[in-house]
Amino acid sequence: MFAEFDLHVPEDVDAALAVLAENDGTGAVMPLAGGTNMIVDLRARSVAPSALVSIGKLSGIRGISFDGSRVRMGGRTTVSDMLRHPELAAIAPSLVASARLFAGQMVRNTATVAGNICSGSPAADLVPPLLAMDAEVTLSSHTGSRVVALAEFYHGYKQMARRPDELMTEISWSVPAAKRSHLFYKLARRKGDAITVVGVAVSMGAEGDHCSGVRIALGCVAPVVKRAVAAEQTLEGEVPTQERIEAASRTAMDEMRPIDDIRASGAYRSHCVRVLTRRLLTQAWEQLASGGAQA
Amino acid sequence: MNNEKTIRLTINGRDRDVNALPNDTLLETLRGLAYFEVKSGCEKGDCGACAVLVDGEAVDSCLTLTWTVERANVTTVSGLGSVDAPHPLQKAFIDRGAAQCGYCTPGLIIAAQSMLDNDTRDPDEDEIRVALSGNLCRCTGYTKVFDAVIEAARVMRETGESS
Repeated sequence: MFAEFDLHVPEDVDAALAVLAENDGTGAVMPLAGGTNMIVDLRARSVAPSALVSIGKLSGIRGISFDGSRVRMGGRTTVSDMLRHPELAAIAPSLVASARLFAGQMVRNTATVAGNICSGSPAADLVPPLLAMDAEVTLSSHTGSRVVALAEFYHGYKQMARRPDELMTEISWSVPAAKRSHLFYKLARRKGDAITVVGVAVSMGAEGDHCSGVRIALGCVAPVVKRAVAAEQTLEGEVPTQERIEAASRTAMDEMRPIDDIRASGAYRSHCVRVLTRRLLTQAWEQLASGGAQA
Repeated sequence: MNNEKTIRLTINGRDRDVNALPNDTLLETLRGLAYFEVKSGCEKGDCGACAVLVDGEAVDSCLTLTWTVERANVTTVSGLGSVDAPHPLQKAFIDRGAAQCGYCTPGLIIAAQSMLDNDTRDPDEDEIRVALSGNLCRCTGYTKVFDAVIEAARVMRETGESS
């Protein structure tokens, strides 16, 4: 049916890392997470690994914990696991919103958070909300583990900080005590089972009548999911008047370089970045001002 | 690379040992064992026709390598009920006219069962839309499908029945 490869199905992380260590930097041995992208790519022969290391039976890296200040998700945590967690919708409503809009149920039941991040797609829907919450990822190998800011993880189209011998074992972020608003909007042709045209995540706090910790993360409008850093700075520490929000939204549009593809033109995407960023920034501030944002 | 391995699966309650290659999908394995109610559609996770329950959760069998689900409980739509003793979802799909050509029906019923078992036993239409968004049906327009799932969920709550 599709290309031949060897398949390892280890039951503990150390065994998986030992197989990945056989890579010698070539990337011929690849992790297989939920497989919802990988199997499609294998069928299309756009990837040709010599071996796959399934994480499907690895113990100890699935689940979500929250100790009051930091959320930790094991790399094997699925999109559905996030939807079924009793607290996550209150802690990270933008992430849960993106999980709800993610593909279809069967894919959500299988696809993992780490797999979505490591697919490297600019359309990876979980990434904008995670970026906007300053998430970090833990990369483990047979020689140890390191923590990388998600903001530093992508280097270019499908180019990532993960070495071929590393497995993404954890995704985590801090939850500050002060109230913040977290919003996500996915623009796509349909409400479900659709690939994103533009994805926007906004996270924001308030100090009196000023914005603080403004984060704007955008999907599908650059080779990688990325923050609109100049737009964030336009708003940081400022009173978010209509004019200020409009200026930030225009800046976000100018920072991105969307391409034309089968789903939308670059010009349309640019326009939507401005409109959707403005809309989400306005909603986020309204939430904070009305006290309705998540603690 | 002819490294076949014998994989133990429990399919619809019956233990089966099957020889599979590393690149065999669960879809191919199940159809190879004549579970033809598992349909092959898009083979890329868009249409949901190949959905089965693996340890109680609906997955696309076209995206699942057989080796990775060794020792799992696999349930196809035939494992939920039969013509003589239909599952409430199967009965509701018939009563509400929710099947036309029938190709998507096994996957829709599996996805609905997974939602009722794992997410909510009392779904509203929005929750059903989210749960069934990975199942494409080109005949029904979905309205009768949603009616059937709401009906079956009510029956299952009243009778306390699960899978």
